Amino acid sequence: MKVVFDHLTKIFPNRTKGKEDVIAVNDFCFEIPDGKLIGLLGPSGCGKSTALNLICGLEEATRGKIYFGDEDVTNLPPENRGVGMVFQNYALYPHLTVKQNIMFPLENLKGEEKMSREAMEAKALEAAKLVQIEDYMERKPSQLSGGQQQRVAIARALVKIPKVLLLDEPLSNLDARLRLQTREEIRRIQKETKITTVFVTHDQEEAMSISDIIVLMKLGVVQQIGKPQEVYDDPINLFVAKFLGTPAINVFNGRIEKHKVYIGADCIGDSKLSDREVYIGIRPEGMVVDKKGVLTCKFDRREVMGRDHSVVCHNKECISDIDIRAIIPSDTEVDANAKTITFSLKPMKVYLFDKESEERLR
Amino acid sequence: MINRNNLKAWLYLLPAIAFLAVFMVYPLVDVFIYSFEEGYNFASQTSFGTGAYNYLYVLHDPYFLQALKNTFILVIITVPLSTGLALLISLALNSIKKLKELFQTVYFLPYVTNTLAVGLVFMILFKKTAYSEGLINLLINSFGGHSVDFIEGPYWAKMFVLCFYTIWIVLPFKILILTSALASVNQDYYKAAKIDGTSKFRTFTRITLPMISPMLFYLIITGFIGAFKAYSDVVAIFGVDLNAAGMNTIVGYIYDMLYGNSGGYPSFASAAAIILFIIVLTITVINLLASKGDE
Repeated sequence: MKVVFDHLTKIFPNRTKGKEDVIAVNDFCFEIPDGKLIGLLGPSGCGKSTALNLICGLEEATRGKIYFGDEDVTNLPPENRGVGMVFQNYALYPHLTVKQNIMFPLENLKGEEKMSREAMEAKALEAAKLVQIEDYMERKPSQLSGGQQQRVAIARALVKIPKVLLLDEPLSNLDARLRLQTREEIRRIQKETKITTVFVTHDQEEAMSISDIIVLMKLGVVQQIGKPQEVYDDPINLFVAKFLGTPAINVFNGRIEKHKVYIGADCIGDSKLSDREVYIGIRPEGMVVDKKGVLTCKFDRREVMGRDHSVVCHNKECISDIDIRAIIPSDTEVDANAKTITFSLKPMKVYLFDKESEERLR
Repeated sequence: MINRNNLKAWLYLLPAIAFLAVFMVYPLVDVFIYSFEEGYNFASQTSFGTGAYNYLYVLHDPYFLQALKNTFILVIITVPLSTGLALLISLALNSIKKLKELFQTVYFLPYVTNTLAVGLVFMILFKKTAYSEGLINLLINSFGGHSVDFIEGPYWAKMFVLCFYTIWIVLPFKILILTSALASVNQDYYKAAKIDGTSKFRTFTRITLPMISPMLFYLIITGFIGAFKAYSDVVAIFGVDLNAAGMNTIVGYIYDMLYGNSGGYPSFASAAAIILFIIVLTITVINLLASKGDE
C-alpha cells in the first residue's frame, strides 16, 4: 500500500500567550512507494514522531491529506486505518502473556471480521514464527529480554496484517549489539511481508543501513528524500551534509576567488562559481594523506578504530564543533611527530555551501 | 566481620524493637492470655480459671451478635461502594482537562475537614431537632414522603446514615490514590490499544483495571480493615450508648466491655478482640490470595 502525503501540516497551538505556535510538520508532499522501508530521520524535535502519529491517526492533521493507496484516510480514526505500530518502549501489556499480547488486536475485531479462538491462535502463532518468538508464547513480557520484547511488539503490530507498519524509534532501547541484530531482523521481516513500513529514528546510521528511502527532516520541514547513498553523496544543504555520516563531515570557512576555492591560504581546487564566501564540507573519507596535498592542517594525533584509523587535526578555518577527522586505511604511514599534515582531497567528497542560505552550490 | 555487622544492625534496630515489644507484642500476647482466663480482674490480677468460656459467652451475647451484624453490614456495603465510587470519580477526573485541579481539590476537601465540622454538616443533613426536620427530611417532604428519624428512628435509617457517613469520609483518600494510579499508567498502552481498535470498555477492563489493580487491592484491604475497626464515627453520630441505639460495632463492644457502663470485663473484651482479629486476618488473607491468583 503506497502512502501519499498531500500538503500535510500539523500545527500545535501554543497555550502560553505571546509564544508562537509550533509547526511540527510543515507542508509534507511526497509519496512512499508500496512495499518499501522508509526511514524518517532527523534530530529530536524535528517532527518525525508527529509525522508518524499523523499516519496512524493518533494526531489529527491541521491541513492537508494522507492517502493509503487511493483512499483518503485523513479523517479516519486510528482503528479504521489498518496500521500496526511498534512503540519506543514496546507498550506490551505486562499482565498478559506473549500469546495474549499478540492476540489482543485480533480479539478487538467485530462483526464479520470476528474470528474463532482457534483461528486467532493460529494467526498469533504465525506472527510469532515470523519474528521467531514462538518458543516464548506463555511467558510474560517481563520475563523476556529487550530484543525479545521488541519482537513481540512487532508480532503484535503485524498480526492483523496492517496496510502500513509504523515503528517509533524501535531500536533505541536496545544495546549496541542487539540493535545491529534487530535492525537486520526488521529488514528481513519487512522483506518477507512486503508491508510498507515507516520507521522513525534520530540515528542516521540506523536509518541509512536498512531504509530503502530516507526522509531527512529539520524543524518540521523535509530537507531531502532519497536512497541513503544518494543523499549521503549528494546532500542538498549543509544540514543534510552534517547530519549524515560518522565521523561527521568537516566544515570549513572558505571563499572563491577568481574561480579558485580557498581554505585559508590553501587553494584546494577550481570552481565555476563567481567570487564569494562559502562553507566547504569535506567528508572524512575524502581526505587522503598526501605529502603533495593541497590542504595543510595542524596534526594532533592518530586514533585507532580497528578496521581503519582516523587522523585528528586542527585548522583555524574549521567550524565544526569537534576536530577535523580524516579516515585513512590502517596501513597508511603518518609521522607521529610531525607538526603539520597535508591532504589531497577527493573532488566527489567536497561540497560547497552558500554562506547565507547554507544551500549546496554546484 | 559479618557477625559484627549483624550485631551493629541489631543495635540500630533495638530502640524500635524494644518499643514494639513493650507496646505491641506484649499487649497482644496479654490480650490473648486474658481471653482464655475466666473473670480476670485488673485490680487483683486474679482469675477464676482458664478455658474457652469467654468466647462462648461473647458469641452468645446478643449485644455482640448485634455488633457483629452491624459491622458486617457496614463493611459489605461501604467497602465495595466507596471503592467503586472512588474509581468512577477518578476515571472522570482523569478524563477531563479543564478545571481538573479544582475538582481534585474539591473531592479531597473532606479528607482535611475537621471531624467536628463534618459532624455538624451531618447534623444539619439528618438530625431532627425542635427547630428543623433536617435537610434530607425537607427533601423527602418536598417529594411528598414522610419524615424519617435518621438518628433515633428505624434500624435501616440509622444504618443508611452510618454507611453514608463512612463512604463520604473514606472517599477522598481513595480518589487521591486512584487518580494518581490512573495517571501513572503509561499513555502508550492506550495509544497501542487505540490503534488496535480496542473498545472503551475493553480498554478499561483489559488494560486500565489490571494496571491499577495493585492499588485497588491495597484500597480494598485497608478499606476492610478500616471498616471492621469502625467505632469513633459511630459514636460521633449516635452517641455513647451504642447498645441502646442498636448500632454498636465490634470495637464498640470491646470498649463497652472494658470501660462502658456495663464494663469491667477485660476477659470478655479480650475474647471479642481476638475474634475481631481472626475475622480481619481471614479477610485479609483471602484478599491477598485473590490478588495473587489474579496475576
